[in-house]
Amino acid sequence: MASLRDTHIGNAQGKTVLSSADLHRVVDRIAHQILEKTSGATGTVLLGIPTRGVPLARRLAARIHAFEGIDVPVGALDITLYRDDLRLHATRALGKTEIPGAGIDGRRVILVDDVLFSGRTVRAALDALNDVGRPSSVQLAVLVDRGHRELPIRADYVGKNIPTAQSENVRVSLAETDGGVDEVRLSGSEETR
Amino acid sequence: MIKHLRSAADLDAETATLILDTAGEMAALAGREVKKLPTLRGRTVVNLFYEDSTRTRISFEAAAKRLSADVINFSAKGSSVSKGESLKDTALTLQAMGADAVVIRHPASGAPHRLASWVDGSVINAGDGTHEHPTQALLDAYTMRSRLGRIAGLRVVIVGDVLHSRVARSNVLLLSTLGAKVTLVGPPTLVPVDIAAALEPSTEVSYDLDSVLPDADVVMMLRVQTERMQDSFFPSAREYSRRYGLDVPRMRKLPEHAIVMHPGPMNRGMEIAPEVADSSRSTIVEQVANGVSARMAVLYLLLGGKA
Amino acid sequence: MTSYLIKGVSVLGGEPADLLIRDGVIAAGGRADEVIDAEGLVALPGLVDLHTHLREPGREDAETVETGSRAAALGGYTAVFAMANTSPVADTAGVVEQVWRLGREAGLVDVQPIGAVTVGLAGKQLAELGAMATSAAGVRIFSDDGHCVADPRLMRRALEYVKAFDGIIAQHAEEPRLTEGAQMHEGKVSTRLGLTGWPAVAEEAIIARDVLLAEHVGSRLHVCHVSTAGSVEVLRHAKARGVRVTAEVTPHHLLLTDELAASYDPVYKVNPPLRTAADVQALRQALVDGVIDIVATDHAPHAVEDKECEWAYARPGMVGLETALPVVLSVLGEQWELIAERMSRAPARIAGLTGHGTDLAAGTPANLTLVDPSARRVVDPAGLASRSRNTPYAGTTLPGRIVATFLRGEPTVLDGKAVK
Repeated sequence: MASLRDTHIGNAQGKTVLSSADLHRVVDRIAHQILEKTSGATGTVLLGIPTRGVPLARRLAARIHAFEGIDVPVGALDITLYRDDLRLHATRALGKTEIPGAGIDGRRVILVDDVLFSGRTVRAALDALNDVGRPSSVQLAVLVDRGHRELPIRADYVGKNIPTAQSENVRVSLAETDGGVDEVRLSGSEETR
Repeated sequence: MIKHLRSAADLDAETATLILDTAGEMAALAGREVKKLPTLRGRTVVNLFYEDSTRTRISFEAAAKRLSADVINFSAKGSSVSKGESLKDTALTLQAMGADAVVIRHPASGAPHRLASWVDGSVINAGDGTHEHPTQALLDAYTMRSRLGRIAGLRVVIVGDVLHSRVARSNVLLLSTLGAKVTLVGPPTLVPVDIAAALEPSTEVSYDLDSVLPDADVVMMLRVQTERMQDSFFPSAREYSRRYGLDVPRMRKLPEHAIVMHPGPMNRGMEIAPEVADSSRSTIVEQVANGVSARMAVLYLLLGGKA
Repeated sequence: MTSYLIKGVSVLGGEPADLLIRDGVIAAGGRADEVIDAEGLVALPGLVDLHTHLREPGREDAETVETGSRAAALGGYTAVFAMANTSPVADTAGVVEQVWRLGREAGLVDVQPIGAVTVGLAGKQLAELGAMATSAAGVRIFSDDGHCVADPRLMRRALEYVKAFDGIIAQHAEEPRLTEGAQMHEGKVSTRLGLTGWPAVAEEAIIARDVLLAEHVGSRLHVCHVSTAGSVEVLRHAKARGVRVTAEVTPHHLLLTDELAASYDPVYKVNPPLRTAADVQALRQALVDGVIDIVATDHAPHAVEDKECEWAYARPGMVGLETALPVVLSVLGEQWELIAERMSRAPARIAGLTGHGTDLAAGTPANLTLVDPSARRVVDPAGLASRSRNTPYAGTTLPGRIVATFLRGEPTVLDGKAVK
C-alpha cells in the first residue's frame, strides 16, 4: 500500500519547474529566511510531514547548521491518522512520527512539506501537533505553493509559487525518497490523456 | 486490504508486516499525553462476546476508543443472546445498527466465518472455540520483533495444550508466514499428530522440552487447563508441570537472548514458575500493552479506508 | 385403473422396448389407455431406501411422512424405510403403526417403519421388538440410528432376539466414548479448523466388534452408513469369513470430503462425518466390489434454524432422497445393472421386502422409475419437495433426471413432477 498523496499523482512527463540546482538554491533561501525570521532559529523545531517533508526538513536543518553552526532539532509528524479524507481512499500505510527528544512544548514549530495545495494536509498536521504538545507558535515552510486553497491557511516560507490549473499535477522528486535526482515537474492533464 | 480477520491465514507476509509496522506507530503514539486519535470518528465497532474474556474485550475496547470509534459492548450474558437468540439474528441486529466492524469472541470454532456471511461490516476474530485467535498472534509477533529485532529465522517453541489452543494455531500460521521456525512441544495427547500437515509443513513437533530449549529464541507457554486431567490428557498437574512446565532450571537452558512469553492468564506453578514469569526474559506485561497497539493497527487497517 | 404403455424405453440400459403396465403389474402385451414416449429413458426397478428420516411424529416442521414420501418418489424411490428416531421414538407397536399408516395415506411410496432397538434409543433396555414385528407395520429392521447400540452385551442380545422373526439389526457404528463432542472427521482438516475430531476408529471398532458378535450368535447384521476405508477392510474380512453382514454407504460419502467443512457451513455437517478423498475412493471401490451391498440415503431433513447457526450447534444430516440417483450416476456412471442391484434389489432383499426390487418382467408388481440419463440439473434447494433445504449440493450440476415413477402401476411422478 503506497502512500498516495494527491500532489504526487501524475506521470514522469511534463515540464521541469525546478531543476536540481534551483531546488538547492530554494532550500538555501528558506534556511536563510528561517534564520532571519526566528532570530537565529533559537527555540525552533523543524517537523517534516512524511513523505517528502521529512528530507526537506533535514536539508533545512543541515543548511542552517552550515550557515550558522546551529543545531535545530528535526523530526517527523505523520498526519495520516488525522486526515479528513480517509474514507475516500483505500487504507493508507502510516508514515513515521518522530518528535525530537526535548519535545515541542513552548517551542516554535516549523512544519515542512513539499507542496501546499488545498491546505488540508496542514490542517491535519495542526490537529496532530495539538495532540503532541503545545508549541509557542507554529509556522509553515513549503517547497512549492501551487494555490487552490480550500482552507484559510498560508505558508510562512515558500520556495516557489507555481500557478497551476486544478487538473495539473505537481511532482516533487527528492534523492532521499524517490531515488533519482532532485526536481519539481508540472504535468498538465492534457498530456496525460 | 483484507476485509475480515477470521484467521491468521487471512494474512500474507506483506499484510502481516504492514500490521506490525502500523502497530509500531500506534505504540509510539501511546506514549503521548493525548492518546486519542480522531481516525475512526463516526465508525462503530461492536464487541460481541459470547465468552467471558475481560482482558481481550478491554484491549479491543481501548484500541477502538483510542481511534475514536464508537464502541458497543454486546456481551452474551444478560442479553437477548442468553435468551436463545441465534447468532444470525444477532448479526442482523448488528447490521441494522450499522456496525462497521464486529469483534467476536465465541466458544464455537468458525463462528466468525458464519458471522461474516451475515453482516456487511468487517469481522475480527477475538478467539473462536479451539480454532484461532489471530490478534493474539499479531501482538505476540509484534512483541518478538520489538525484543529481538526480527521474526524471520527465529526459532519459536510453543509449549502446552496445542490441541485446544487457538493461540497456538494462529501463531503457527502467522509466524510461519513471517519466516520463523516453530516447534510445538507437549504431551502427545495434546499435540495432534497431523498438526504440521494441517497448518504448516515446516512446523516441528517434540515431546521433550529440555531438548529444544538450548536452540530457542522464544519460548511461548500456553495455558493448560487442569480440567484436561479429567479427560486423561495427562495424569496430574504435578506430572505435567514436571515434564512440560518452565521452571528456573529449564529457563537456564535457554540462550542468553531468549524471551519467555505467555498469552495469559497464567497458571503460575503449573506451566510456568513464578520466578520465570517475573524474570527479565518474560514479556508477559509487554504483551498486554502491545495487544492494544496491535488491535489499533488491525482496526485502522480494516476500517481506516474506503469500505 | 389406467394402463400405460411406455414406448421405446431402455430397461437397465438394454435395447429400446415397450413396457406395458396394467392392473398394477407389468403386463405381457395388449393395449393401453395412455402412451408415454420414453425414447432415451432408462427404466429401473423402483429404488428402495433402507435409511430415511421422515421426522414424523415430532419434527413436522422439518419433514412429514407425506413430504418425505413425495421427495422419495421424485428421487425414483418406491419404498423407504423410516428411521426410528422420531419424537416419540418408534419403539412401540403404536408408533410404528402410526408411521406405517401415514405412509399408506400419503400413498407415494411404501413407507416401512424401522423400530428402535432400545427403549427411547437410550441403549439401556430392549424395546418390544416382537410387538413391532407382529404389528400391522410388520417391522423387520431395527435400529437406534443416530445412536450406537454401544453396550456389547445389549447388542449381542438384540442380534440374537430378532432371529425369532427374521429381523435384522442395523447398527449406527460409533463408539460414543471416542466421539464425545465430535464435530467432523478427525484428521488434518479438523486440526486446522479447531473442530473436535470423529476418528475413523470409532466406526471401525464397533463394526469389528459387531461382525464378531454376529458371527458368534449366527445372526444377521446390517451396518448403516459406512464411511471409512478401514470399515471397508473390516467388512471385506468378515464377508470372507462368511459372516452374515450387509452394509450401506450414503451418496454423500461417495462424493464429498471433509475439506468442505472449511467453510464452517453446517450444511456439510453429517454423522458419520464426511471423510477424506482416500475414504471416498475406498467406498466407491467397495460399492463396485459388493463389499458394500447398497446405497442408502440417510436422508436427514433439518429445519433452517438447526443449520443456519454455528457449526458446533448445528444438527448433523443432509437431505438426499431427491439427489441420490444423480449422485450415484455421477460416481458410477451409467452402470444400470449395478445401480439396480445396489439401490433396489439388494436393499429389498436385505429388508425382506417383497414386490420391490424385482426384475421388470411380466407379472411382477409395476414398481419402477424412468430416468433421463442425458439430462443435467443444477440443484436448487428451493426446488426440493422435501420440507427442508439442507442439501450439500446447492448449485452443483448433477447428471440424470427422474422423469416418472410408478408405485404398483400408479404413477407417483410424471414428467418430473409429483402426481399428488
